[in-house]
Amino acid sequence: MYLKVSYEIRDKYLRKDMLPTIFCPGCGIGSVLQYTLRAIDELGWSKEEVVWVSGIGCSSRVPGYVDFDGLHTTHGRALAFATGIKMANPNLKVIAFMGDGDTAAIGGNHFIHAIRRNLDITVILINNFTYGMTGGQVAPTTLKGLRGTTAPYGSFENPFDIAELAVAAGANYVARWTVFNYIQGINSIKKALQKRGFSLVEFLSPCPISFGRRNRMKTAPELIRWYNKITVPISKAKNMSPEELKDKIVIGEFVDRDRPSLDEEYEEYKKRAKEMMGWEE
Amino acid sequence: MKYPFPVGKSDFIQGDEAIARAAILAGCSFYAGYPITPASEIFEAMALYMPLVDGVSIQMEDELASIAAIIGASWAGAKAMTATSGPGFSLMMENLGYAIMTETPIVVVDVQRSGPSTGQPTLAAQGDVMQAIWGTHGDHSLIVLTPATVQEAFDMTIRAFNLAEKYRTPVILLTDAEVGHMRERVNIPNPEDIELVYRKLPANEEEAKYPFGDIHGDLIPPMPIFGKGYRTYVTGLTHDERGRPRTVDAEIHRKLVERIVNKIERNKEDIIDFEIFELDDADVAIVSYGIVARSAIRAVKMLRNEGVKAGLLKLNVVWPFDFEMIEKVAERVHAIYVPEMNLGQLYHLVKEGANGKARVELIPKIGGEVHTPQEIVKAVKRCEKCI
Ligand SMILES: Cc1ncc(C[n+]2csc(CCOP(=O)(O)OP(=O)(O)O)c2C)c(N)n1
Ligand code: SF4
Ligand SMILES: [Mg+2]
Repeated sequence: MYLKVSYEIRDKYLRKDMLPTIFCPGCGIGSVLQYTLRAIDELGWSKEEVVWVSGIGCSSRVPGYVDFDGLHTTHGRALAFATGIKMANPNLKVIAFMGDGDTAAIGGNHFIHAIRRNLDITVILINNFTYGMTGGQVAPTTLKGLRGTTAPYGSFENPFDIAELAVAAGANYVARWTVFNYIQGINSIKKALQKRGFSLVEFLSPCPISFGRRNRMKTAPELIRWYNKITVPISKAKNMSPEELKDKIVIGEFVDRDRPSLDEEYEEYKKRAKEMMGWEE
Repeated sequence: MKYPFPVGKSDFIQGDEAIARAAILAGCSFYAGYPITPASEIFEAMALYMPLVDGVSIQMEDELASIAAIIGASWAGAKAMTATSGPGFSLMMENLGYAIMTETPIVVVDVQRSGPSTGQPTLAAQGDVMQAIWGTHGDHSLIVLTPATVQEAFDMTIRAFNLAEKYRTPVILLTDAEVGHMRERVNIPNPEDIELVYRKLPANEEEAKYPFGDIHGDLIPPMPIFGKGYRTYVTGLTHDERGRPRTVDAEIHRKLVERIVNKIERNKEDIIDFEIFELDDADVAIVSYGIVARSAIRAVKMLRNEGVKAGLLKLNVVWPFDFEMIEKVAERVHAIYVPEMNLGQLYHLVKEGANGKARVELIPKIGGEVHTPQEIVKAVKRCEKCI
C-alpha cells in the first residue's frame, strides 16, 4: 500500500490459485510479505532452497500464498517444527512468519529456546498487539490500558518487548520497524536472511479490524499516526531516560553479531563425538 | 556403513536400548526428545549413537516441541522418531493429530508408566491404549504396535518405521516400563538382511502437484519432501488434493479424512499382526497384548494342565483392530478373557468384536505390577466355575 504493488514480485512468487488472501483491507501483513519477497528477490535466492514455516493466526497464513515449500503448523509451534527441518537438512534456508500471540504466548517457550540454540532461521514477526485471527483478544504484546475482547476495560498486564526478549535470549540479529519503514524493513530482512543463526525482524503492523476498531483507531492511517507517536528510533532512545521511554516502543537495529548457529555447533559436536569414540568411518 | 553396536549377532540389552538400535538400523536419522522415565534410555542411546552415524539427536524444550521437530525433519526427508511416557505422550496429542492430518511418517514410542498424571513413574501400565488410538481430536486413524519382549521391541521398531513410510502415517510403538527396562537376549540381524521401506516420492512434477491426492489409487499419495523444488504447501487445515486450505467445504473434508482413515482400514490385512497359542480346540480364549501376553502364555499352559482348554490370541497390533477376527474366535469359545494392566481399555474393543457370541471378561490390574500367570489362571477358573 505504501510501496506500489509490484506485479513482477507478485507474479514471480505468489501462488495465484491461493489468492485472494484472507487479509482485511488496511491489514499490514501483505506489506511485510512484499518486503520479504523483495528481499529474497534482491538476494537472488531460488525457490527450492527456501522453506517457509508458520504457526496459526492471520500472519501465519502467509506461507500458503507463496510459491515455496511451506509448513503451516500448529499455534505457537512453528520454530519447533523448523528445528527439525533445519537440522535434518541444513542446506535449507528457513523463514518463519509469525504473529505476536503465536510467538510470545503459546509459542513463548519454543521462541526463547530456538534463540538460545541459535537455530539458523529468520523470523518475520507481525506484531499487531492482538490476536487478529480470533477477533481481537489481548495478547502478551498488548500495551497496558489498550483494549481487547478479553480485557474489555483495557489490559491490566505488563506486555513483553519481543525484540528485547530475543536480544536477551541470544539472537544474532534483531531489528524492529513499523510497516511504514519499508526501506529499513527490506534492508533488515535482507541482513536477517543472510545471517547465520537466529534473526528476527519485528514489524508493528496495523490490524484495523480486530485491534484498531476496539481502540478508537478504525483505519490504517490512524494506526500509523499512533505508531509515529509511540515509536522512537534507537539512536534517539539511547539518550533518553527511562521515564521518557515509558510507553514508548524503540525501533531500529537492536543487535548484529555472529555467534555460531545450531547446525554449525552440531557439526562440531559430531566431530567431537567421533574423536572421543575413536570412530573412523 | 559402520554401526556403533554389534550387528549380525545377539546381544543382551534392555528394551529401550533395543528400540534405539533398531531405529538406527531402520534408517532413522533424526531423533528429538525430552527426558522422562522410563523412556530416557532410548534418548540416551540415540544421543550416544546418532552423532557417530551422522544423524541428529537433540533435546527439545518439551514434548510438544519433540514431536514437532520430528515432523519437520520428516518433511525435510528424514526418518524420524521420538520417545516418551504418559505425561509427555499427553503433550504430544496436538501434533500427533497434525502428523495424521498432514500424512507425515513418524515413529512415536510411548513407554507406558502408571498414570494418571505423574502417577507411578517407574512402574509399568497399559493405561495409554485408548489415548494412543483416540487421544488426538477429530476423526482419524493411525497404527499402534505392542511389543511383549525385548526382541519384539527391536523387531517392531523396524516395522514401525516401515509402516510409517509405507502408509505415510504416524506409528505408535506402545510399550511399557517392564519391556523398556528388562534385559533380554536380542538377535540383531545384519543390516543387509533387514528389509527397509522408504516413502514413495513423486515420480515427476505432475505427481508432485498432488501431495494429498489419491493419484495412484492406493489412497497413499507420494510425499513431495522439501528442498527438491516441488514447492509443497502443508497445512493442518482441511485441504484439497493440492494442499490448498478448503475449510468450509464438507465434501472436501469428507474425502480427505475418509481417505486418511481408509488407507489404514483397507490395509488391515497387511498391517495387523497377531500370534495364536493353543486356540484350535480351546473352550476359553485369552486375548492379550504387550507384557501381559507373556503371563498369559504361561496361564494357558497351566490351565490346560488343570483341564481347562484355554488358548491365547496375542495381539501385536492393537490399531487398526481386527473386530472380525475377534468375532471368529468368539464363535468357537464360550468365554474370552482380557487381562490388562488398566481398568479396562482394549477389553471394550474385544467385547465389541465378540459381538455377543461369547462372554467377555476383563481381568484388570493396576498399581505397577504385571499379572502373574497364577492370577490369570485364578481369575479364569473363578469365572468358569460360576457358570
Ligand atoms: C492450541 C490452539 N489454541 C488456540 C487457537 C486459536 N487461535 C488461532 S489464531 C490465535 C491467535 C493468533 O494471534 P497472533 O498469533 O497474534 O496472530 P494474528 O492473527 O494476530 O496474526 C488463536 C488463539 C489455536 N488455533 N490453537
Ligand atoms: S484481523 Fe487484523 S491481522 Fe487479521 S487479516 Fe484482518 S487486519 Fe489483518
Ligand atoms: Mg497478532
